[in-house]
Amino acid sequence: MSSNRAARLGEEIWKTRIDKVSAELVTLTYGTIVAQLCKDFDNDYIEVNKQLDRMGYNIGLRLIEDFLAKSNTMKRCSNFRETAEMIAKVGFKIFLNITPMVTNWTNDNKQFSLVFEENPLADFVELPDDGRAQDELWFSNIFCGVLRGALEMVQMQVEAHFISDILRGNDTTEMRVSLIRYIDDELPPEDD
Amino acid sequence: GAGTYGGASSTAGATGATGTRKMDEEEERDAVFYRLEMLGYRVGQGLAERFSRDRPRFNDTLDIIKFLCKDLWIAVFRKQVDNLRTNHRGVYVLTDNTFRPLQRMSTEAGGQAVTRAQPFLWFPCGVVRGALAAMGIHATVHAESTELPSAIFQIKTIPGSTQQ
Repeated sequence: MSSNRAARLGEEIWKTRIDKVSAELVTLTYGTIVAQLCKDFDNDYIEVNKQLDRMGYNIGLRLIEDFLAKSNTMKRCSNFRETAEMIAKVGFKIFLNITPMVTNWTNDNKQFSLVFEENPLADFVELPDDGRAQDELWFSNIFCGVLRGALEMVQMQVEAHFISDILRGNDTTEMRVSLIRYIDDELPPEDD
Repeated sequence: GAGTYGGASSTAGATGATGTRKMDEEEERDAVFYRLEMLGYRVGQGLAERFSRDRPRFNDTLDIIKFLCKDLWIAVFRKQVDNLRTNHRGVYVLTDNTFRPLQRMSTEAGGQAVTRAQPFLWFPCGVVRGALAAMGIHATVHAESTELPSAIFQIKTIPGSTQQ
C-alpha cells in the first residue's frame, strides 16, 4: 500500500471507527505511571525503561487485534517498508492521532526510524532534575514495547529503542526499529 | 482478574498455613487498590488544574461539585453525571447510569460481573478525590456499582479541612 493510501486509511478510521478519550487523561495517566515506576525502582531508570517496554509489549500483544479489526480492509504488508508506513500512518494515527515520520532507512530495508514531531505522552512533562534521568530515562519507552508486541503477533520479530528524545534536550524524538526476522514457522498453512 | 494476586504471596506460601496465605492475598489486593487510588489521585489533581484554569473562582463547595459533575466528567468520561444528590451536610452522591469505564464490561451469566468490575472503580475514585483536593475540598470518596454499567460515587467532605 502506498504511503498516501495508508495516510487516507488512517484518517478515515480515526474519523469513523475510533472511540475518543481525553488527551489530558491519557497524558496525565501515563505520566503518573512513569512517576510511580521511578519511585518503585528508586530512580533506577534503566529498570524503569525495561518495565515500560514490558508493559508496552503486553499492550501490543492485544492491541494488534484491535488494529486489525478496525482496519479490516487491509491485506498483509508485502514488505517491511509497507509495515513501517502502516505503523506510522495507520497505527499511530488511529490510536494516538499522530503520524510519526518514517525515515533513515538502511540499505537492506531492515531498519528505519520513527521521528515524533508530536508526542502526546510527553505533554507537560519534565524529566527529574537529578542529573541522571536526562541520560538514562527513555520516557516514552512504552512505545517500543507496543511495537515489539504487536509485530510479534503478526510474525515479525523486531527490536525497537529510542535514540533521542526532546525531553532530554535533543532536537528530535527518534525511535529506531529493526527487523530481526520473519517468524515464518507460525504462518497458517494456506499462506504463501 | 483475581488470579493475578495469588502468585505473589511468596513468604506466606512457605508457612503452609491457609489462613495466613489468605490474609496476605487480601492485604496484597488492598495494596493494589490503594496504589490504583493514589495513581488516580495524582491524575485527578492534574486534570482539575488543567480544566479549571480559565474559569472564574468557585463560590462554594456546591459550585465545585457541579464543576466536577459537569465539566470534569465530560472531559474525562465524555458525559455528565446523571444525578447529583446532597444531604446539605457535606455528603454528595453522584450517579452515572452509563459509566464509561464500565460500559463494555460483561461476563457469562452468574459471572459476578458487578464484583469483578469493582476493582476498576478505584482509579476513578482517586481521580475524583484528587480533583476535589486540587480545588480545596478534602473528602473521602467511595464508589460502587450495583448494576453494570452504572456507578455511584459517594463523596463525604471532611469538616474543618482547609479551603484554599
